[in-house]
Amino acid sequence: MSAYILRRLLYALPILVGVNLITFLLFFVVNSPDDMARMQLGDKRVTQEAIDTWKGEHGYDKPLLYNAEVGGLPSLTDTIFFEKSLKLFAFNFGQSDSGRDIGYDIRQRMWPSLAIAIPTLLVGLAISISYALMIVFFRATYIDFGSVVLLVAMMSISGLFYIIGGQFLIGKLFHLVPISGYDHGLEALKFLILPVVVGVVAGIGSSTRLYRTFFLEEINRDYVRTARAKGLRERAVLFRHVLRNALIPILTGVVAVLPLLFMGALIIESFFGVPGLGSYTIDAINRQDFSIVRAMVFLGSVLYIIGLIMTDISYTLVDPRVRLS
Amino acid sequence: MSRACCSLPLLVVVLLSLSACGQPPWNNPYPESQSGENILYGAFTERPKHLDPVRSYSSNEYAFIAQVYEPPLQYHFLKRPYELVPLTAVALPEVRYLDANGSPLPKDADPSQIAISEYLIEITPGIRYQPHPAFAKDEAGAYRYHQLDAKTVGRINTLDDLPETGTRELIAEDYVYQIKRLATPWLHSPIAGLMGDHILGFKELTERIEAAAPAPVEGERLFFDLRQVAFEGAEVVDRYRYRIRLEGRYPQFAYWLAMPFFAPMPWEAEALYGQLGMKQNNLTLDWYPVGTGPFMLSENNPNLRMVLTRNPNFHGEQYPADGMPEDQAAGLLADAGKPLPFLDAAIYSLEQESIPYWNKFLQGFYDSSGISSDAFDQAVQFDAAGEAGLTDDMREKGIELVTAVQTSIWYMGFNMLDPLLGGDSERSRLLRQALSIAVDFGEYVSIFANGRGVEGQGPIPPGIFGHREGEAGINPYVFDWRDGRAVRKPLQEAKALLAEAGYPNGRDPETGRPLTLYYEAMDAGPDGKARLNWMRKQFAKLGIELVVRATDYNRFQEKMREGTGQVFMWGWNADYPDPENFFFLLYGPNQKVEGGENAANYQNAEFDTLFEQMKNMDDGPERQAVIDRMTEILRHDAPWSFGFFPQSFSLHHQWLKNVSPNLMANNTLKYRRLEPSIREQLRERWNPPVLWPIGALVVILVVGAIPALVVARRRERSRAR
Repeated sequence: MSAYILRRLLYALPILVGVNLITFLLFFVVNSPDDMARMQLGDKRVTQEAIDTWKGEHGYDKPLLYNAEVGGLPSLTDTIFFEKSLKLFAFNFGQSDSGRDIGYDIRQRMWPSLAIAIPTLLVGLAISISYALMIVFFRATYIDFGSVVLLVAMMSISGLFYIIGGQFLIGKLFHLVPISGYDHGLEALKFLILPVVVGVVAGIGSSTRLYRTFFLEEINRDYVRTARAKGLRERAVLFRHVLRNALIPILTGVVAVLPLLFMGALIIESFFGVPGLGSYTIDAINRQDFSIVRAMVFLGSVLYIIGLIMTDISYTLVDPRVRLS
Repeated sequence: MSRACCSLPLLVVVLLSLSACGQPPWNNPYPESQSGENILYGAFTERPKHLDPVRSYSSNEYAFIAQVYEPPLQYHFLKRPYELVPLTAVALPEVRYLDANGSPLPKDADPSQIAISEYLIEITPGIRYQPHPAFAKDEAGAYRYHQLDAKTVGRINTLDDLPETGTRELIAEDYVYQIKRLATPWLHSPIAGLMGDHILGFKELTERIEAAAPAPVEGERLFFDLRQVAFEGAEVVDRYRYRIRLEGRYPQFAYWLAMPFFAPMPWEAEALYGQLGMKQNNLTLDWYPVGTGPFMLSENNPNLRMVLTRNPNFHGEQYPADGMPEDQAAGLLADAGKPLPFLDAAIYSLEQESIPYWNKFLQGFYDSSGISSDAFDQAVQFDAAGEAGLTDDMREKGIELVTAVQTSIWYMGFNMLDPLLGGDSERSRLLRQALSIAVDFGEYVSIFANGRGVEGQGPIPPGIFGHREGEAGINPYVFDWRDGRAVRKPLQEAKALLAEAGYPNGRDPETGRPLTLYYEAMDAGPDGKARLNWMRKQFAKLGIELVVRATDYNRFQEKMREGTGQVFMWGWNADYPDPENFFFLLYGPNQKVEGGENAANYQNAEFDTLFEQMKNMDDGPERQAVIDRMTEILRHDAPWSFGFFPQSFSLHHQWLKNVSPNLMANNTLKYRRLEPSIREQLRERWNPPVLWPIGALVVILVVGAIPALVVARRRERSRAR
């Protein structure tokens, strides 16, 4: 297995270089180093001299991808792309264009993101699995039909609607929790309820439908028929046999998203005023802070790759028939 | 069992209700420990980029640092027109003029004779800095944190990791030090270029600092003591007096002395933050200000909140005893003579979205708020006379509305370098005048700004010297005076001007096709679509086809710098309340293509001469006459259609006192007073927890579960078929 993991990690290197290159190209198609300098220095009374100084200090005074003025290898290494990218692979994110330590900010901001993402994932899983099992229990009845209609309707509604609706109902009309905000320690609890509820409700439609499909696939298998034939109750069949087998694709799917929980939820964090990594990325894009955008995209890619490797490993753990080679 | 099922939700509701009785609101976003405290609650929508007074230049940054840093002068809180008064200075600066030989000149000397203006500023003794680690000393009298080793610096993540603090008296040298910082190249002060044109030896100082300072170490600039660099432009006279020397005459300089750029900076702060590793750990003046003001920034977490607390060392200041005649009736002089500040703290939370911000204001969790377009109709209504007032809902809550015309302008500019629209020809002038009539900014304000704006008759907004009200103030090329108000000229007159310009019905006689103009727009997003469609329709009224070239702000600026645009809309927010700060936007040598701020690239020899004359004059009838002539030239040449002056509408709750719009002063937090007990009562009244939905949800789940359980049990008991 270790050879397999090593090989996958090596495969990841060109992927990360590619992701980094695409991020770089997309960013600099829209923004020039002069634009970035103006964004940092302000709009009023900024001279070209100040812009040039800023670019020099922040390493944006070089060609983007190819330095025609020098020959040989330096034509590729003496560029913004190379100099800004190399340190990323050592996980040295450096400083943002406004001078903040990106690594420190990430370490600070991942906790609020996790504080929302973990309960949303766990509560959402519990509700979706329970609901999907119930639907399967009542399959081919009006409960099944009505639930599917409800789930499709819930899937079709924009996440933004759940956020605004949740804030309006629970925060504004019922006065049960603060509409937005965040705090540290136990004070954070009252701020987490609403985003978690909204996150769970917004995710029920799609996840329950998916899990229902998993359960329905299992319920017609031979082992289920055997279990019923030996006289087991339907509840026992569902919870002891169907659930256990259907959990394999569910858990492996969950394992794949686990690392990405660090990255936070972009819209939820912004609307609820949560200082997590999602809002960090959005703010950086708005401020044209390439250093943060690049670091967050790189981190997201690394975590995604880790998630996929973990998924493969988890297959071997939950299903002994699977071998990695 | 069913009885138990039914009584359970009721029990839940009763228990929740009981637990809610007498409790503070559940939706209170603040800790219970802050209940009843003399704390102002506000919000900010965007993280401030810079808190170092040498770089900070936007209103959202000034909202914080203007409470911390104290320049020598400030604007009177209540008096209008805006008036400079001393802050840390003993009096307004004493100005002396010298000729090229260094001989003194009289106050009314010809500006061309004046080679140097000397500003002598005396500061009040006994002012002390806020407690700060930069001033902490050990028993031997050495600075406690100025010589930290790399290991110690590596462990410091916030200023709280340096527990010992100290203070010292404010001295004249701190002001001189800050002026030298303005010239320091790696600090990137946005006004360095401007000050280089005015302060004597400023540019040379920049070069001297560059040459003398050590090179950066690991990308960090280590502490370089600017006290050792001589500077003829700003010198310490004695402990409490310093002198600034300007080249020639520049009366507007006094206004700059009221901005944080000229606030004092203790060298100890730079010595602390200038240690290797400090910048890497985010310990900079851009993050942790050091000042003498009424408040100090005790928590700077712009991703969550920023907290200003009362500076225990504040020198004391009194609420003004005089203001405008209407201020007495408005209760704005009730606190006259009382010591400032009134607040113990101000907590500003990050609210990036307008909906939660607005709802929390209505719930009483913010003391004041602006009004977003979404909430405008809910908050404001206009009466038959067009006067803005609050809706019944707002009045019932005791909310108060404050409006003020901002010292800024949104204008439609015509690029004077453009061969079709620009230049000094009669044809292009008539075309610009016709367009100025056709584009109805009154309608624009009504549709896109909820009526929050005043149509511009010239470049100078109301409240600034040179602005004329009434019939004498209208732009006669675009408006008529009818029934006591300015009325836009009929479209027929615009069409007649267009025909006179050689474009009858908006058609180009050479091609016979509609005249095509290009509009550079900076709002390429979906929100801007309605605005751009409206603009097309305005031009279409004259038969002119408008091609919109929508792009992002970066590209828009690039086009302006290159002078390749044709028609555009842009704005300007005044630095100080002087007509020079608006007319310079049309001053010839200040063209955008030459690196200035004259985006229309307008040039008129007479206007430029008058500008040179006007900028050196004191306010009075003579200056007004020059301004009138300059305005007339602009109205005639029409390089701008004068657009509108935005109006700010803000709301505050009844418990917040001393709210008077002052668009020049940024340090107004010290005047605010609260009545926290009223706030507490109203918050409780407005936010009772509504618990029946929880009970209803439980009931629905239980009632829904019963038939499901029955079906499930029946199914399990049934025989296999």
